Amino acid sequence: MHELSIAVSLVESAEQAARRAGARRVTQVFLRLGALSGVAKEALLFSYDIATAGTLLEGSLLVIDDVPVVLRCDACRRDVTLPGIQDFRCPLCGRPTAQIVAGRELEITGIEVEVADEASPQPTGCV
Amino acid sequence: MATRYLEIRQGVLSKNDQLAAGLRDRFARAGLFVTNWVSSPGAGKTALLERMMAAMRADGLQVAAVVGDLQTDNDARRLSRSGAPVRQITTDGMCHLEADMLAAKLEGWDLDALDFLFIENVGNLVCPTWYDLGEDVRLVLLSVTEGEDKPLKYPVMFNSADVAVITKVDLAVACECDLGAMRANIHAVRPGMRIFETSAKTGAGLPELIAFLLERRRAKRAA
Repeated sequence: MHELSIAVSLVESAEQAARRAGARRVTQVFLRLGALSGVAKEALLFSYDIATAGTLLEGSLLVIDDVPVVLRCDACRRDVTLPGIQDFRCPLCGRPTAQIVAGRELEITGIEVEVADEASPQPTGCV
Repeated sequence: MATRYLEIRQGVLSKNDQLAAGLRDRFARAGLFVTNWVSSPGAGKTALLERMMAAMRADGLQVAAVVGDLQTDNDARRLSRSGAPVRQITTDGMCHLEADMLAAKLEGWDLDALDFLFIENVGNLVCPTWYDLGEDVRLVLLSVTEGEDKPLKYPVMFNSADVAVITKVDLAVACECDLGAMRANIHAVRPGMRIFETSAKTGAGLPELIAFLLERRRAKRAA
């Protein structure tokens, strides 16, 4: 059950960014979750509610964008999407390939926050 | 009250990743080669390490180990029999090692005096996947008693590792393990992955594995 520690890390990162922007509350968190991240979505959603309790994120929504595994196939000279994670062969030509282009993501892309109307805009971007 | 969208684009485990990057720098400066051993419980990490560390010490190499377990220091005591310095991390139920736990255990050790550091992770083929410990090579072990299809059941871990080590090959016949099928399954989830077939009992495969680690260490120091 590593999802709880992942949820705690996620909440820490989001809360830090929200405070920096002077936000009062976080309403949504957007996460990219690769098929090879190995994180169980249901367990993460369950852990999220526990990890957000008593933080700026309490009551917020975790929006998960599922990212499939994409391999680079040298023979076909293109990136191909895998239907699963148990057979690392190009679905077009059948050749094995270990070049993973996408699918390992476990990344917060952004958050939606509530700020007071009079608050002056803060710079966004990397934290 | 207004709502705004803030772009972040940050790995969820960036804190651990940063700590691990710091450790990796530290290991590189010390000329130390670090391996992270992961497997399910009972795959034979400790037995293989015990024999390997003794053999490497006999060759004049300075080796040390950090062992993670949920409870007990039994594995650390076993590895100490090789004569090498060994430290135990008892996680009290936590299912994996993180970079900060490792960093805390390294305190007081003269890393410059060591050639190899072995990290025996908590027996678990799921959770240690995401936690970079600053290692140079991650080895995933599976024993012939576990069934040929283990790689298909844990493709994420097999994909996060650099090398696969099949253990207890002396029992393959008794367990009716089809080593060819096991190799094929490893390569299904990780084409081209280097595989070592070993036995801590007979010593089979250990010279090859040690030679591989020595070669990788040479390459790292030359880089």
